Amino acid sequence: MALVRITSPHARGNNRTQTIMLWVLGATLPGVAVMTWLFGFGTLINILLASCFALAAEALILRLRKRPVVFFLSDGSALVTAWLLALALPPYVPWWLVLVGTSFAIVFGKQLYGGLGQNPFNPAMVGYVVVLISFPVEMTTWPAWRGIEQALPDLHSVLGLLEALQRVFLPGSVPTIDGWTLATPLDVVKNNSSLTMDELAASGQPVFGSLGGRAWEWVNIAYLLGGAVLIYKRVLSWHAPAGMLLALGLMSLLFWGGSGSDSNGSPMFHLLSGATMLGAFFIVTDPVSGATSSLGRIVFGAGVGILVYVIRAWGGYPDAVAFAVLLMNLAAPTIDYYTTPRTYGHRKAERGMGKAD
Amino acid sequence: MASTKFSEITADGLWHNNPGLVQLLGLCPLLGVSSTAVNALGLGIATILVLVGSNFAVSVIRSAVTDAVRLPAFVMIIAALTTCIELLMQAFTYELYQILGIFIPLIVTNCAILGRADTYASKNAILPSVTDGFMMGLGFALVLLVLGMLRELVGYGSLFGGMDLLLGPMAADWRIVVFPNYKEVLFVILPPGAFIFMGLLIALKNGIDAHVKERAAANAAKPAVGGKRVRVTGTIG
Repeated sequence: MALVRITSPHARGNNRTQTIMLWVLGATLPGVAVMTWLFGFGTLINILLASCFALAAEALILRLRKRPVVFFLSDGSALVTAWLLALALPPYVPWWLVLVGTSFAIVFGKQLYGGLGQNPFNPAMVGYVVVLISFPVEMTTWPAWRGIEQALPDLHSVLGLLEALQRVFLPGSVPTIDGWTLATPLDVVKNNSSLTMDELAASGQPVFGSLGGRAWEWVNIAYLLGGAVLIYKRVLSWHAPAGMLLALGLMSLLFWGGSGSDSNGSPMFHLLSGATMLGAFFIVTDPVSGATSSLGRIVFGAGVGILVYVIRAWGGYPDAVAFAVLLMNLAAPTIDYYTTPRTYGHRKAERGMGKAD
Repeated sequence: MASTKFSEITADGLWHNNPGLVQLLGLCPLLGVSSTAVNALGLGIATILVLVGSNFAVSVIRSAVTDAVRLPAFVMIIAALTTCIELLMQAFTYELYQILGIFIPLIVTNCAILGRADTYASKNAILPSVTDGFMMGLGFALVLLVLGMLRELVGYGSLFGGMDLLLGPMAADWRIVVFPNYKEVLFVILPPGAFIFMGLLIALKNGIDAHVKERAAANAAKPAVGGKRVRVTGTIG
């Protein structure tokens, strides 16, 4: 066995930033595949556009900051930010919306704070919230998914490639298509005030699938699979996702409200709808803007889960992963302060106000 | 800082000690009303008037007011002047008065005004005080105007919309559509946009200062032309 003669530390494992980022990208692939199957080329176009814009923005700022461009670009962190943002955006949004979101995420969310490792907020979510607040119409237009024709015959879904490109690059030139968009399941349940859950399911509105929100359950299961692989490969620790999913499950169990018209939806519905699983495994687990210790990550995740439910059930938006993550990012330093693990040589963990500084 | 030279007062107010970019005073109205150029200009002019008036009045009474009661006295003066401005705006630019709303009475709490009254006008003669008030107010108004124009440009894609609210019917067609078919960017129009653009402006100012300093240093450090022998005898000519 050849010994490498260098001084310590002798970390030789595959824990380089690039490797981790590539694993994360790979783990989103099941989700990407399901979304592409359901919504057509829009998701792929989003990813492609966002990646180009993110790399260009990152390269530009690195040049301005006189940092080595190739070195930082090849760590893949900008690419991960772009992918996560692209997966959160609705398919077929105009190209300039992707440009605004991605460049804001990279320039303001990340590089102005000092680049990778320095940003207090999750850059992808910063970009997402900026475009969500700025362009509410585009950001809430979700296309109908493949297979909708069986439930509602006058709706049609999944554009051809040419039509998709036209919508993205020449948004003004395309006439609005009737019966092409669809309220998301979370939207329907949030806005429902008169129907019981059984009536809602029978009303023809494609809301409930066999597990969670209809069609969205498969997206969520795909992200869950990808996340499970990441945890198995030790790319992520299980703490933050577990905290978030448990808290969200518990909250939705407590405030379920049964099947009446004021029901907030079952725990399964909340766990497998909207951005729950994408958030739990790919957003909450951000090592930079989240909490550091294992206990801290559980608390951080739980905070996100609670906030997601609070905003979904009683807030102004149907889904809330981005807002919840940003709010908890603000709290992360405090969580770290109170959850510092015990260090070797101390009998008790030194944390919080009793800390001897 | 407490110079009475008019050129220095001007440079201080407009650049080196600008209330908006350097002292970071009066940020609440600065961020709150800078969503369009006309709002910014309206509040900027109102602030200049109050600042000039309060600096004048404070300078006049500066030897009659004891230290213990000076702050209440200054605040009374500023409040009285603000009320005058508010009534004037209500009379002549009613729509703008309604748009600016609470931010006009809030001029009283603009720290830049009380700050100038206490640190400058209460220690200096009338003419320098009035100049200082005008220059500080102008510096504040200019930052406000630049911020308002930037936010209007990025947020609405146009410039100088609604100027007739402030300047009368002759300004009704001043609106310049810079980007036709522009999509309103709500984020820039709402308060977060103000914070971000303010940060960018401060960064720009600091960047320019650093650049100027660097160039000055580079010019000063030029080596003397000619031989470098060390003179050991005689006087240096």
